[in-house]
Amino acid sequence: MPPINYGDTAWVLASSALVLLMTPGLALFYGGMVRTKSVLNMLMMNFATIAVVSVLWVAYGYAWSFTTDSFHGLIGGSDAYGLRGTFDALTGADGDRIPVLAFSGFQLMFAIITPALISGAIADRVRFRSWLIFVAVWTTVVYFPVAHWVFFFDNGHGGWIADRLKAFDFAGGTAVHVNAGAAALALTLVLGKRVGWPQERFKPHNVPMVLLGAGLLWFGWFGFNAGSALAANGLSAIAFMNTQVATGAALLGWIIVEWLRDGRPTALGGASGAVAGLVAVTPACATIEPLGAIALGLIAGAVCALAVGLKYRLGFDDSLDVVGVHMVGGATGALLIGLLAAPFIAGTGGVAGLLYGGGFGQLGRQALAVVAVAVYSFVLAYAIGWVIQKTIGFRVTREAEIEGIDTAEHAESAYDFLPVSGTGGAFTIARVGSGRPSADRAAEAPDGEPTSVSERIPG
Amino acid sequence: MKLVTAVVKPYQLDAVKEALQSLGVSGLTVSEVQGYGRQKGHTEVYRGAEYTVDFVPKIRVEVLIDEMDADKIVDSIVRAARTGKIGDGKVWVTPVEDVVRVRTGERGLDAL
Repeated sequence: MPPINYGDTAWVLASSALVLLMTPGLALFYGGMVRTKSVLNMLMMNFATIAVVSVLWVAYGYAWSFTTDSFHGLIGGSDAYGLRGTFDALTGADGDRIPVLAFSGFQLMFAIITPALISGAIADRVRFRSWLIFVAVWTTVVYFPVAHWVFFFDNGHGGWIADRLKAFDFAGGTAVHVNAGAAALALTLVLGKRVGWPQERFKPHNVPMVLLGAGLLWFGWFGFNAGSALAANGLSAIAFMNTQVATGAALLGWIIVEWLRDGRPTALGGASGAVAGLVAVTPACATIEPLGAIALGLIAGAVCALAVGLKYRLGFDDSLDVVGVHMVGGATGALLIGLLAAPFIAGTGGVAGLLYGGGFGQLGRQALAVVAVAVYSFVLAYAIGWVIQKTIGFRVTREAEIEGIDTAEHAESAYDFLPVSGTGGAFTIARVGSGRPSADRAAEAPDGEPTSVSERIPG
Repeated sequence: MKLVTAVVKPYQLDAVKEALQSLGVSGLTVSEVQGYGRQKGHTEVYRGAEYTVDFVPKIRVEVLIDEMDADKIVDSIVRAARTGKIGDGKVWVTPVEDVVRVRTGERGLDAL
């Protein structure tokens, strides 16, 4: 057996931890943007996604995504259920061998953050148990196959986008961002608008929390992009540098649009621009040069800053702009590879984009990959969401939405700065143990189901 | 006895407090409040969408005083709180029937 590369292994394990941190970072990024009455639910939707997907990954997610193709580049096999058979195995090119478990752990973190991204579009209004079911089903029938399409290489016998079409997606512009963005759009259509939107607008309750989250995302994204080289080498270094410079440029692109259009650059805009840049450079980070990354970042920042206004024109309530930032940003980055792929950068394998004299070929392949992932994810997310809505219900009751989803779904409130009580924050214990709050009990039948269907808000 | 209530800009609170101390007012109550007068609210922009914020943060200062001092105290609060810009706030005076100091049970002017 060829020897293990310890440097590569160390980098991939460290990158896995960096990518895991992105999901709590995303939770804070989203959590700061919702109102005080729904911040805990927003955080929990993300945190619980970590738990659900980790379990599915070990059971069958890794096998379906990353074992030998079993049907035309669409889905993996059944060799590694429970991760059995991977414990001593190595993967990677000669000289860059790492344990399969290190690779599997790294890819798990991608499988976690992709459904988590969707949560921002449907903030403030979904039942927590229905969200968990959606995450489990969507990850199973959408993410695992799409990860196989985009990330699984096997000498021409791997996933159809990566290994047969040969579209470039280094770290997940299509598999993660277009995929999550399209699903987010579908769910906003299934679930409908929040009570009061768009006549009332819901301003972010904690912009510093948004910037903290964006900062953690930026930090973790070095693992996401540079870690995707699966080696500590020149390819990871170019991905690292492009990630940094595109993100900075996108922050500038976004606030320049705000400056020109609104007269003021905002902190929320700066954070959003950085995330848009991270999204857009994700597919492109190993195929463009740093000057190309600056152009890509500026374009992506400006395009996303304009795209987030579309929801008001088209009338879909994408609460935290998952469509405008992730679907649009991911597609922008994936398509710009068709223009900016630099043949002297290692990740291209010598393929040139349009601006480097390569013609329209790569641009066409990129476009096909984007459209295929977007359509597949949109259709299935819509179907899954619709079935959940029609069976167990997806939305909270109107009363719960107005009162606040934190107390309705979790029996908690996020902030208790100055409680009006004699002991400065101590509360009388109503009941100890597994009780549900009395307000909920009154509204629900003993089995926990809402007493009537009319309590649910139709989509 | 009178109750003087002043709604002022948060930034002017220290000036108002010092003015009252210099006149020998021995206690006051402060609360954070929100509202609007002629200046109305303001607009904020998040991701390109404008939000009208109707209620502006203000500080409400309440002092119980001997009615003989009312004019003097009101004038000094107004002087301290004034910036000359719209949104400086209001001061008003209401009559008070009785006051009791909780610790001693003293009533009326003795309780001030």
